[in-house]
Formats: sequence, structure tokens, C-alpha cells
Amino acid sequence: MSVPAPATASAGHLRRLLALTRKEVLQIARDPSALLIAFVLPLVLLVLYANAVSLDAKEVRIGVVLESDGAAAHELAAAFAATRYFSVTPARDRREVVPSLLAGELRGFVVIPQDFARRLASPSGPLVQVVTDGSQPNTASFVAGYAQGVVSGWLAARGDTAPPVASFEPRYWFNPELESRRFLVPGAIAIIMAMIGTLLTALVVAREWERGTMEAIMSTPASALEILVAKLVPYFVLGLVATFVCALLSIAVFDVPLRGSWLALGTLSAAFLVPALGQGLLISAASRNQFVAAQLALLSGFLPAFLLSGALFEIDSMPAPIRAITLVVAARYFVASLQSVFLAGDVWSQFLPNMLAMLAIGLVFFALASLRTRKTLD
Amino acid sequence: MNTRLRAQIVKELLSFLRDPKSRMVLVGPPLVQLLVFSFAATLEVRNVDIAVLDQDAGRASHELLARIEAASFVRQLVPVHSTTGLADLLNRREVLVAVHVPADFSRNVAAGRPAVAQLLVDGRRANSGQIAAAYLGTIVAGLDGRLETAGTDASSAIAVRHWFNPNLVYQWFIVPGLAAILAMLAALLVTGLSIAREREMGTFDQLLVSPASPLEIVVGKIVPALVIGTVLALLMVAAGVFLFRVPFSGSLPLLLLSLVVFILSVVGVGLMVSSICRTQQQAILGVFAVGVPVILVSGFATPVENMPYALQLLAEANPLKHFLVIVQGTFLKALPPGEVFANLWPMAVIAAITLSSAVVIVQGRLQ
Amino acid sequence: MPAAIELRGVVKAFDGIRALDGLTADIEAGRLTGLVGPDGAGKTTLLRIMAALMAPDAGSVTVAGHAAATAAARIHSIVGYMPQRFGLYEDLAVGENLGLYAALRGVDTEAAEGTFAELLRFTGLAPFTGRLAGHLSGGMKQKLGLACALLGRPEILLLDEPSVGVDPVSRRELWALVRELAAEGLAVVWSTAYLDEAEQCDSVLLLNEGRLAHAGEPRGLTRQIAGRSLRIAGVESGRRRLLAEAVDLPSVGDGVIQGANVRLVMSAEADTREVQALAARHGGRLEPVEPRFEDAFIDLLGGGPGRSTLAAGMRPVELDVASAVECRHLTRRFGDFLATDDVTFEVRKGEVFGLLGPNGAGKSTTFRMLCGLLEPSSGEARVAGHDLRRAPGDAKLRLGYMAQKFSLYGLLSVRQNLEFFSGVYGLSGREQRERIAEMIEVFDLGRYLAVSPDKLPLGYKQRLALACALMHRPPVLFLDEPTSGVDPITRREFWSHINGLVQKGVTVLVTTHFMDEAEYCDRVALMYRARVIALDSPDALKASVASEELPEPTMEDAFVRLVELADRAHAERSAA
Repeated sequence: MSVPAPATASAGHLRRLLALTRKEVLQIARDPSALLIAFVLPLVLLVLYANAVSLDAKEVRIGVVLESDGAAAHELAAAFAATRYFSVTPARDRREVVPSLLAGELRGFVVIPQDFARRLASPSGPLVQVVTDGSQPNTASFVAGYAQGVVSGWLAARGDTAPPVASFEPRYWFNPELESRRFLVPGAIAIIMAMIGTLLTALVVAREWERGTMEAIMSTPASALEILVAKLVPYFVLGLVATFVCALLSIAVFDVPLRGSWLALGTLSAAFLVPALGQGLLISAASRNQFVAAQLALLSGFLPAFLLSGALFEIDSMPAPIRAITLVVAARYFVASLQSVFLAGDVWSQFLPNMLAMLAIGLVFFALASLRTRKTLD
Repeated sequence: MNTRLRAQIVKELLSFLRDPKSRMVLVGPPLVQLLVFSFAATLEVRNVDIAVLDQDAGRASHELLARIEAASFVRQLVPVHSTTGLADLLNRREVLVAVHVPADFSRNVAAGRPAVAQLLVDGRRANSGQIAAAYLGTIVAGLDGRLETAGTDASSAIAVRHWFNPNLVYQWFIVPGLAAILAMLAALLVTGLSIAREREMGTFDQLLVSPASPLEIVVGKIVPALVIGTVLALLMVAAGVFLFRVPFSGSLPLLLLSLVVFILSVVGVGLMVSSICRTQQQAILGVFAVGVPVILVSGFATPVENMPYALQLLAEANPLKHFLVIVQGTFLKALPPGEVFANLWPMAVIAAITLSSAVVIVQGRLQ
Repeated sequence: MPAAIELRGVVKAFDGIRALDGLTADIEAGRLTGLVGPDGAGKTTLLRIMAALMAPDAGSVTVAGHAAATAAARIHSIVGYMPQRFGLYEDLAVGENLGLYAALRGVDTEAAEGTFAELLRFTGLAPFTGRLAGHLSGGMKQKLGLACALLGRPEILLLDEPSVGVDPVSRRELWALVRELAAEGLAVVWSTAYLDEAEQCDSVLLLNEGRLAHAGEPRGLTRQIAGRSLRIAGVESGRRRLLAEAVDLPSVGDGVIQGANVRLVMSAEADTREVQALAARHGGRLEPVEPRFEDAFIDLLGGGPGRSTLAAGMRPVELDVASAVECRHLTRRFGDFLATDDVTFEVRKGEVFGLLGPNGAGKSTTFRMLCGLLEPSSGEARVAGHDLRRAPGDAKLRLGYMAQKFSLYGLLSVRQNLEFFSGVYGLSGREQRERIAEMIEVFDLGRYLAVSPDKLPLGYKQRLALACALMHRPPVLFLDEPTSGVDPITRREFWSHINGLVQKGVTVLVTTHFMDEAEYCDRVALMYRARVIALDSPDALKASVASEELPEPTMEDAFVRLVELADRAHAERSAA
């Protein structure tokens, strides 16, 4: 048996890193569940986010109860039927529509009363009554708001009332068509990245402990840093690749514009992966058990990215204690920046502070993780 | 009850409940999540920052800005002195909307001519932006030549009444739905892990050499998950009633019946995942891959009627969609029995399908 | 020349309990040092400390002149370490695992090709470079682990129980490889629960409760008990009862069954009168035999366990058919692969029947088909007269099953495990309570009732697993490698229980890699390449391979020889 002697030290670092990285890549390529999370789930999430999660209320189903037979009443009913915001079910009696409201088939109804003509002639009270399904508060506000718009538009068109003197001319920057998928898709990307960064990393490190492969690796000259870096690099790359795949899909299939540069998108994603991977590493350092690691990753990684990042729910509207929690959720900075990259352009004055925040959170995670991970079995 | 079956049910329940720590893991996180997310998940608009470029500085613009600042949804006005300043604040997402009052605004108002101010809204947050714009529209419409509210204007032309939830309290909507989702996830996880864990620990063989039949084994997994999911859901319903003060107007027995059917339909899915997976890790990821789309296509975050037709059809096969109608209706709408049953039978069909497929799959995997 | 590894007063505690308690020893280069001791003696902890994976709480460790406390990195570059569990990546191919470790250990890239070829030839893994490590048999996995530990030319090789779960053929090969390495000048530490291996080491460190109980040549220890090893040969029947009676005698320290004979070790300074009388009563004759390392080991640790109390407490079981287990033409295919091929045998009532074979020979498949875990592709299997396919419930009620890893529910307490297993076999009410109480008493589980089985000492874990398998009083007991990785004392205790059960009429079917366990069997079926290649009593099997060079072959010799013969026959058939 003759076995050659080791090569020089500095070349050794690089070789060990490359070999460990190669190993990780082979494992990812052979594990169906990792590929499922990295490529299939993003696809499903994107499709659902682009289609299922729409905040745009179009054709909300309402009833229009026409109790009056006057010409004006018919005109107003027609105005309701004409708008694209409503899909109208006509009725003559409110008892016809109440069961539908209970069943959730209608989200509200408008009553044009018997004395509509008289009310119109001597305006002292409301002209029509609007009833909404308050159990869906969001839709209820839409119904009330749009109903008001229809009525005032109709009144103005009749010339009965002067339009209000002062008004706003609203202009929606970045998203004039008000397509909600355009700002929801970046949120979906953040969730996917949080999954890859945090959940997968936490699971794969825990798996090495559970299977005993960590012990064998640790007995070699590879340092703890090399082992961890080699573990992170493939997931870093996987995360970036998944982002680019998601971005391409969003642009090509879901009609989301990319107004900023690919460079900014890549830089931001890279910055977000730092805290995401750090969190995964910290979780795996805190728990060498896969089940607990998964629980922790879901609780601290996925759900905050889903609910506390501002992707779906406005952070400013949350109560103060929860707003305070969101300050340490890296996904919030990522989501805000991503929405800008896609819809606004390269707003570096926004990106830089956000990237700093993400890196700072990441550094804290890494510092805590390295405190807990030493190259021993104690 | 059959002794063998009882032993398995007791064993399964004990695996989750014996250890105080795992009891906590089962009950604690859902309750914390109910608390945090019911406050976080709001589509209301509050604490809005507004950038203001006032090139007028007249009486009307002062009045307008004072009224805006006084509005309850506004946190603060940020004055700027140029259009670039305005654009910058919007670009950096420092403000949700920006108001640009032109120089002739007050003059026009005084003269009764149309006076138009620009409202720039951040389309990256189009949802909140639209709501804020609607609020602001009402405020500006109130201004007229005398700067007092007129007798007949559009805002008083309609009388709005929100049934079931007169003040549109968002939590009344979110808490019952969130309770259903968290109970569903718990039931999914409990069943998803059940067979996979026994397989990984090696106890599954021990169970298979016992005289317990495959059907008994499956039932032995279903009942504990049903108990845990149902109790957890009831716990959260109680939290909704007593902690969040959500009115409960419907029938509790009917809700309980629907809950059992709902959990059964979920348990069938969890068992299928579990019997296919070889390890707990795969089971966790599997439960996750199933759970997320189910939540997204349920009408919880956004209404089903906004979805494309194909997804609406798909939503009919989603037990959570039907259960959300029942649980939200039972809380707020005193949902009549007829409506409950209209949503109950599809769940029963789904439960029958998922459970029988689970039995078939588990039986197939036993060989 | 200084020692390769110097240990000075090494102390290591976990949760306040000292796993190593002031250990001082030297390990020499060019020698094979065996590390032995009962479970929990601190073997793995010591190996990890020598590999600089763990720091001792007190004392110093010097490896090849480097202090472990300060030069861990240096030590990692000169030590090859093979952990107890297969530590390589099962989802990487053999060649990929080697490549990874070559890079980690800094093996020169140009030289690596040649090194691989040599290591692959050396370990016999050359035909399998493309195969995933997870698809290798137990023996091949260990050889791959060894090959990876050897990359980078280590000066010191630390092997933690490399032969657990490895069949005798592979074990011999592994042993030969390591011997060769020691001869080249490496310091090799081999920890093991197999004492026949320890006996062949150049020197041994015997650990007990964290302390060094013996250091030096194994013969040194064996010499201490010279003249105390005896054999009662020619026992016509009832060797189990004989053994039980023998170990009850105060003058007998330890005893095991060896085929038709019973082997005894006398207590220190005891005379043989009692034993002679016993032998005479059973019609056997007493012969002195060469002491083994195992005899000395057990003696040093205070002797083996006495007679099992289980037998006394248990009622005899009834079985109304002659053959407890019967399989005819049992064949199982996995795709194209034939796992068992036309296996036919019969286990008679009240017999201990062993199923042996190298890894991958099909014994697990056979075993799983016999207890209803796997459906045969063709053929039939009966337990206690009930067809497993037609009446699985009836058959399963009559068999008790104890799996390799004592499949107990770790999330439940000991009592809850007992309640579950009795319930799942249909016991309820008073009957259930009485049966549980009986098991608690017989296996002395009283003080552990509220504890999780995971926290039990190994011996008690084994008792609990056995109690759970016996709860429904099955006439047939299936044991799947019941003592793999278990120390000799716990193993003896286990077999004393089994002996007791057999005397109550229980039939036992057991798979095992331990050849001394095979000696306990009445008959043994040896499986190889999906077929039964030999079926007879242990003594007859041994006799069948006896030759001039090997007049008194051991069970392991018989195993290896029979497999060789089958290989030769196979080669001739393929040539023809």
C-alpha cells in the first residue's frame, strides 16, 4: 500500500471546499424532495399567486332591488348593471336577495326604494340603501365604495347635482392597471427564497447529524468553516437560480414587468439569502433533530415571510407590537425592494438601506450560529 | 370498542400528549399564531404617511390638508417642496400616497370652478393605495366654495349598512378562518407524520406483525388526528368568542358536525402523504406542499369569486373552501341549517374519497 | 520510540456521569489494539477523544506527538477515523465518496487515480465504483468506510465497532485488511463487542465503567483464569436445563451452550465437585478446555447472569401441531432480482432454529415473509398451522416478533408500551392487567414504568422488547438479529431468557450474525444466494467441514467454508 502524501496547505483549502460543494450538489440533484421544494413548489406557488391570490375585486356579485317603477329608478338600476365592477342580480323584493346574501352568493345589495322619485326631487335624505355582507369586510368596503361611485356618477350625468368642486385626480404610479399579481408575485418569490434558504438548509444540516455523516467529515482536516461554507454555497446558488427562474416565469408568463435591472434583482436576492441561510444554519445548530428543525423553520421562516413581510398585508396597518416584530423579519426588506425592482426600477436609495438591514440581520444569525457550531461532538 | 383498535388510538394520542413539551408544541404555536396573525393579517388601511406638495398655500388647501391630517387612517403628513422630492419619497416607499396641490386650487374652489389636486398613489401597494385614495376622495369632495359640507352631495346619496359586522371589524373575519386553517394544518401534520414516523423508527413492522388489520391500522391513525384537530379547533373557536369577542350567532352542534367532516377529509389527505413518504422529512415537506395551495385556493386570503373559472372549479374540491363558508357564516351570519348542509355534503363527498383512497393506498403500501 | 497515542488521566463526563474516569494508557504503532468493554463502558467516547472530535474534561491526550488540546487540525490530517454508524453519504456513489475524502484529506490529484485503484482492489470494491453507497451490503459499506479512512496515508487508524452487522465472511476480509495495515506500521485501534476478535489483537484495552480494567496482550488476561474453563460434553438431551442448573451453582461463574456441549467457567478458587455431579446426572462428561478471552472478560466483569427468572414465572405454552413454522417453495422476486429462491424448511415444535447467511443472502426476506411482513411471489408459509396468506390474523396471533432495534415507542412510557402491545393483541380488562403485572414482575421492570424506553439501559430495553413480544403468550417467537451490537453480558442474559422460554415449549426462529448465538440453536439453516445451502445441527455443520488442517472447526469456520463451497459449485456450474 502506497498512498501519496498530502499536497500543500493553501491549495488544500480550495480543493476541500470544491469537493464538499460538489458533494452537496450531487446530493441535491439526487434528492427528489429538495428539487420539489426548489423547482416544483415555486412553480405551483407562482401560478397560484398569479391567479388565485387576486385582491382585485371585479364583477362583485350584488343584487339590485328595484322597488320603484319610475323611469329614474330604472335608469339607476341600469347604471349599476353597466359598471364592470358589479355583476348584478335584479330583484323586485329584498326578501328575494337576503337568502343569497346569507349563502354568500351575493356580497351585497342595493335597494332603490318605492319613493325614489320623491327623494330625488327633494333631496333631504339618502336616495338608495346599500346593504353589504360585513362578514367579508374587504369586499364590503369595495361594494360600498363602488356603489357610491355609481350613484354619484349617475347623479352627475343627470346634471341634478353639480359635481363636487374639489376633487383628486388619482394616478397610480408603477402599476396604473392596478393588477394585484404585479405586486403579489415578488412576495411569492420571497416566500420561495425563505423556504430554500431557511427550511432546506436547516433540514440538510440536521440530516448530517442524524445520519452520522457529520462525525466522519469532522474527523478529516476540513475545518468547521469549510464544512459550513460548502454547505451554504450550493443553496446560495440554488436560491439564486430559483429566483431567476421565478423572475423569468413572472415576466414571460404572468406579465409582470421588470423595470429595474437584473443586476439589482440578483444583488438583492443575494443579500436576502444571507439572513435566510444564516437563519437555517442557526436553527440547525440549535437542533440536531429534523422534525424540530422543520417546525422552527416553518414558524420563524416561512410564516413570517408569508404574513409579516408586507407581501400580502400592509405592515403599516398592523398594531405597533407586530410592526416591531417585522423589523427583524428580513423578508420585509426583501419584499419591499423586490416590488420596486419589478415595478419601479432601480431605486438604489431604497435598496441600499434595505440591503444593509438584511445583511445586518444575517450577520447576527451567523454570529449566533458560529457561537453554537464548533467542530466538536460535545 | 374493539380492544386492538382502542390500544392503537390510545397509543397514537399518547405519542403526542404524554410529553409536556410535545403537548406544548401541538397547542402553543397555533394559539400564538392565531394571536399574532389575526392582528397582522389585515386588509384595513391605517397609519398611512402622506407626502404633501402644497404650491397653493391658500385657504382651501389649508383646510384640505388639515382635514386629511385629522383623518383616522393617517399617521402623518410629510411636506416637500418640489415634485422631485415627492417622487423621491414615493420611489423609496416612504409614503403610500402623495398629494400635489396646484397653485390655483384655492382660487378655483372659491370661484366654484372645478379644482383638481393630484393624488399620486404607490401602485406597488395598489390595494392599500386604492382604499386610501377612496378615503381621500371623500374628504376632498367635502370641500366646496364655502368650505362647508353641502346638503346634497354624492356621499349622502346612499345609506350604507354592513350586515353581520356593522363596523367591518377585520378580526371578525380573520379569526374564524384562521382557526380553521390552523386546525387543518395540525391535523395534516399529525396524520402526515404518523405512518412515516413509525416507518423511520422501525415500529411499523412491529405493528404489521400484530393481528391488527390494515383497516384497523388506518382507523387507528384517523381517530386520534380527528380528536386532536377537533379539540384544537374548538379551543380556537373559544378563543375567538372569549378573547377576540367575535359574535357567535349560529348553531354550535351544526358547526361541530361540519368540523368533524372537515377534519376527516383533511386526515385522508394526510394519511396518503404519510403512506407515500419514507422519512419524516419527506412527510413534513409533503404536508407543506399540500397545505399551502389548499390555503391559497380556499378564499381565505382573497375571495374565490375573484379567481379564474378553472381555479373556482378546483376550489369546489377543496374542503377548506366549504368549511370557511360554514365557520364564518356560523360565527357572524347565523347561517341557516340549509346553507350549512349545502356546504357540508361536498365536504362529506371529499372526505369519503380521500379516506377510501387512503385506505387503498396504505393497504397497497403494506405489501 | 514514543507511543503513537498517549492517554494521561483522561476524564470525560456527560450530565455529571463520568464516561471516562481517569484513563491512562499508551497505544503503540505497528500494532493492532483492541478496545473492548461492555456497553456504556466509554469506548466510543475514548475513540472520539483520540480523534480530537471531543475534548476531555481533564487529563491530556497526545496523538503522534501532537497535543490534542492544541493541535486538533494537525491530528485530523494524520488520523483515519471510522465512526460506529456508517458515516459516508448513502446518496453518493462509491467513487464519489472516495473522491470527496481524497480531496478532504489532501491526496494529490494525479496520484489519486492510482490510489483509488489500489484501495478499490485492496477492498474488493472495484466492480462497484458506480453503485450508490446506500445500495451496498453491510460488509461492503464497512470496507468503503475503511477505504475512505485510509486515504491520505494516516499514521493512526481508529475504527469504532467496524464489524457490527457484518457477516463472518466479510468480517474475516475486513480483519485481514486491517492486519495488513498494522503490519505496515500503522497504529490501529479497533473497538469491538466480539471477543473472539479481541483475542486476536496484539494488545487490548478493556474498559469498564470508564476505567481501564486490563491493558496488554489478551493472553495475559486469559492466563489469569487458566484451568477454570470446562466443557460438559456428550449431553444426550436437556442441555438447556443443564446450563440453567449449572449457572445456578455458586461454583460456576459463567456458562454458554456450544452445540451439543455446555461450556462453563468456574468461579475463582472453586472446586469442580458440584459440576462433576451435575455432569454425571445428565450423562455427560467433564473435560477441561482452553480458556478463551471471553471467559476472562466475563470473569473480570463479575461473571455472567444467573438463571432467568422468566421461566419460573411463565406458564407453558401449548401448540397442537407438530411443525411450528413451515415454508414450502418460498420464492420472492423484486423486479428482476430473485431475493429468495424456492426456500423450503420446517421448524419443529419446541426448537430453536437459526437462520444464518452473509449480508444479502435472502435471510431477511425469508424472515419477513414468515412473519407476514412481505408477501411471497410464490410458495406458502404457515405459522402454527395457519397459512399466512389465507388466515393472517390467526397466524399473527400465534407469533411474537422482536425486531433488530427493539422497536419500542420512544414517545410512550414503559407501562404505556406494555399496555399498547397487550391491547393490540386483543387483551383487555382483567386479563390484560394480570398479564402486564406478570411481565413487570418477571422482567423486573417495576422501577422504570414511567420512563421512556429510549432512556432505559440497553439490557432493560431488550427485556421490555421481549416482554412486549411475549405479552400474548405466543407459541412461536421470531427474533431478528436480537443482539446485534450488544455486549456479551447482555447477550448472555438475553439467551438465558430464551432458554427459559424454550423449556416452556416456545419455538424460536432467530436470525443472527453471531456465531456463538448460532451455537445455541438446535438446527441452523445457512442461506446463500437466495437459497438454503445447508441445514443441520451446529455440530453436524461443523463436522461436515472438518479436515486434517482444521480438525475442530468453529461455527464461523463452518460458515465461511460452506459459503466457499457454494461459490465454487456456482462457478463450476457457470463454467459448464
